[in-house]
Amino acid sequence: MRREAILNIVLFLLLPVTAGAALLLDEPFIITLATKAAILALAGVGLNIALGLGGLVSLGHAAFFGLGGYAMGILAAHAQSYTPLMETPFLIEGTKSMPVIWLVAIVVAGLAALAIGALSLRTSGVYFIMITLAFGQMLYYFAISWPAYGGEDGLSIYVRNGFPGLNTLDPIQFFAIAFVVLALALLLAGRLARSAFGLALSAARQNAERVETVGLAPYRLRLVAFVISGAITGLAGALFADLNRFVSPVMFSWQTSGEIMVFVILGGVGRLYGPVAGAALFILLEHVLGGLSEYWHVYLGLLLLMVVLFARGGLIGTVAGREVAHD
Amino acid sequence: MTTILLIEQILNGLQSGIMLFLMAAGLTLIFGVMGLINLAHGSLYMVGAFAAAAVAAATGSFALGLVAALIAAAAAGALIELVVIRRLYDRDHLDQVLATFALILVFSEGTRWLFGSFPLYLDVPAALSGPVTLPGGILYPAYRLLIIGVGLLIAVGLFALIARTRIGIQIRAGEADREMIAALGVDISKLYTLVFALGAALAGLAGAMVGAIQSVQVGMGEPVLILAFVVIVIGGIGSIKGALVGALLVGLTDTLGGVLLPLGFGAFMDQSAATSIGSALASMSIYILMAGVLLFKPTGLFGEG
Amino acid sequence: MTDRAILRVENLSKSFGALKATDDVSLTVMPGEIHALIGPNGAGKSTLIKQVAGGLRNDAGRIWFDGEDVTPLGTVARARAGLGRTFQISSLAMEYTVLQNAVLGALGRRGGAMRFFAPVMAKGELRERAMGALERVGLQDHAMKRTADLSHGQRRQLEVAVALTLEPKVFLMDEPMAGLGASGSKSMTGFLDGLRSEAPILLVEHDMDAVFALADRISVLVYGKIIASGGAEDIRRDPVVREAYLGAEDAA
Repeated sequence: MRREAILNIVLFLLLPVTAGAALLLDEPFIITLATKAAILALAGVGLNIALGLGGLVSLGHAAFFGLGGYAMGILAAHAQSYTPLMETPFLIEGTKSMPVIWLVAIVVAGLAALAIGALSLRTSGVYFIMITLAFGQMLYYFAISWPAYGGEDGLSIYVRNGFPGLNTLDPIQFFAIAFVVLALALLLAGRLARSAFGLALSAARQNAERVETVGLAPYRLRLVAFVISGAITGLAGALFADLNRFVSPVMFSWQTSGEIMVFVILGGVGRLYGPVAGAALFILLEHVLGGLSEYWHVYLGLLLLMVVLFARGGLIGTVAGREVAHD
Repeated sequence: MTTILLIEQILNGLQSGIMLFLMAAGLTLIFGVMGLINLAHGSLYMVGAFAAAAVAAATGSFALGLVAALIAAAAAGALIELVVIRRLYDRDHLDQVLATFALILVFSEGTRWLFGSFPLYLDVPAALSGPVTLPGGILYPAYRLLIIGVGLLIAVGLFALIARTRIGIQIRAGEADREMIAALGVDISKLYTLVFALGAALAGLAGAMVGAIQSVQVGMGEPVLILAFVVIVIGGIGSIKGALVGALLVGLTDTLGGVLLPLGFGAFMDQSAATSIGSALASMSIYILMAGVLLFKPTGLFGEG
Repeated sequence: MTDRAILRVENLSKSFGALKATDDVSLTVMPGEIHALIGPNGAGKSTLIKQVAGGLRNDAGRIWFDGEDVTPLGTVARARAGLGRTFQISSLAMEYTVLQNAVLGALGRRGGAMRFFAPVMAKGELRERAMGALERVGLQDHAMKRTADLSHGQRRQLEVAVALTLEPKVFLMDEPMAGLGASGSKSMTGFLDGLRSEAPILLVEHDMDAVFALADRISVLVYGKIIASGGAEDIRRDPVVREAYLGAEDAA
């Protein structure tokens, strides 16, 4: 078996084993950390479809993360205050049901990705980076200046949303939900990478001219990838908001975009399990370094700098080497 | 709205636009010459502001503060160019984004560690703190007028530098063809350090001058950096002229949008709703401007192609 | 009007600044023929191929393909219409295996790139078509090699194999012999000789032995203009060609 395959199994088991051990030791805070890692990994899995497969350096994925968060916040806020979202031309009410919220988050983030992608994919390279960053910032300022949903202060949700048959307030049950969603997303991303679409998309990253010459349009491939990517990151945003029972414009900020990208890179760009490794490492660092120093971002910055300059494959690349799947 | 108020807002737009130009000019120069996207440019803006605030507080001289801002930002720029940035020229944009994002983390937290989380204040010198009377009887703060003047002078100086001097010729040659300029016997790595330090100094100066109007705090640079990116997308990468036109457009749109949109909506709906919708839309106006330019000219107003 | 020509180029021009890369070029490719395009370096051959393939906008002129005016279409649409191009400098997905590159071609031919779940490299129609093309150019034993690890000659062969998977109505080949070596050139010459019955070829080539052995018609491009066009013997004897192409002293 290839080393990466073994590592993937270890990474996949890392979070549930941690959460399970924490349950036995009665450490609910550790379960919450594992849940956070699973959700952030999910956001990274989304970005990795655009970044790793498609080569699209999006610095604006906070837009989708935040939209997912606000989809949850707005629906749940209306449900908890028993006021409808709108009454004309037809009635839309809030909801406290996770599956419904997820669906809304996926659709809203996907549509936003379609609009942002359609514009920004007209360009490439540095332009693309700057434009995605700018659109993310646009939503950030919009969230701040729109007073109806808390403006700068954000929205608090008093009780976590429900999932049929489960008690979501129990940390281990909420972890199970987040982990299953992550596992499904990994399954989807893995299938995607090996599909006809993945072959064409990844070819467009390596050589767009080649893809055009066989009669496939890189723009369409990239746009679809960007939409799938944004939708998954949006779903992660909804879960993240539910974890904190709070949404604020910070979810839209450029730091959020940067951090989601950091998960992907710390783990290993283009590796299916890279975001899982990266998010787990990030949470671990935040916990350990954050305990040592209030200014732990300095160390995170230095570590990231070292990874970029000297260990380009990230964690998985360093352990598993440069071998690539040939099938 | 009165004409006087409108003229005042136009001047405010010019002032913020010209400061954006100082940021965007450095970024676009660095991209044009070295092919590098530098997210840490906002950190250099912050370094300039903190240096100015610290030196002005210690010496009581605003002018010395400005000099300190120039020196500190240029030195910080040269330092990161020598230690980190030059390893990134041959890397792809993703690596450049990540490494310079890492630099932001180091600069921001390092500054917080040195100066604490509370904002510093940089006072406008007494001689400039009052208003001056413009033709037509408009009162306008002298300091803001000075900023516009200094910014325009620097713009003229930059154009002259690029168009007429030896170093400008080297910069233009470097944009066209890296190998050719090396073949001409120019020390490329020295030129790159110089261009980077120049861009950094401009950012630092902007940070110090704006710092006297707003507060000096960690994280002040990145919103300006992103605005400067919008400027470059509108103006076209690598074009100083594009940076100037883009910066003024963004400055004016942002300032006037914030005033005019709530007023405009107020004409046909009640005031509080108009204010909230107007200001929400105003916060998006420059991005909508950017989207419009992208639709019709994906490479920017003065970009190639 | 019935147009027998598969490809018809009419009065095509393209300038880069003051340089006229192609200048009022007209030519046709008829069914079953190899039409070779020769000319000294910098004559505009690659520009012309690029214009025909759709990668470069024309300043003037029209391109007809299989009876349709394809002038307004881009590269993607022209490839779908049946133009199979190979590049002078290999343009392949370098991280992929040889087989993956060929499957990409087969995918382009079949369509259905928006399928998200089924493994594309599984045994089936695409893989068979791709393996078939690799066998025809003699790359079947290298199918699992990384493309970046191929020699220049092998990359050339892979370029041709990918074009084969497209089953085009006409091939546009930009120097398929370059880097092949003597024996490689010979077998490629034999291969192209047989290929013309499947689809005609517009062939840019520097290997004159191959050109004179293969071409039904030869056009000579100099400074962006076609200065002569005809059978191999006509071109060999044409004094204008000898002067422009071989240099004045040889023409004497």
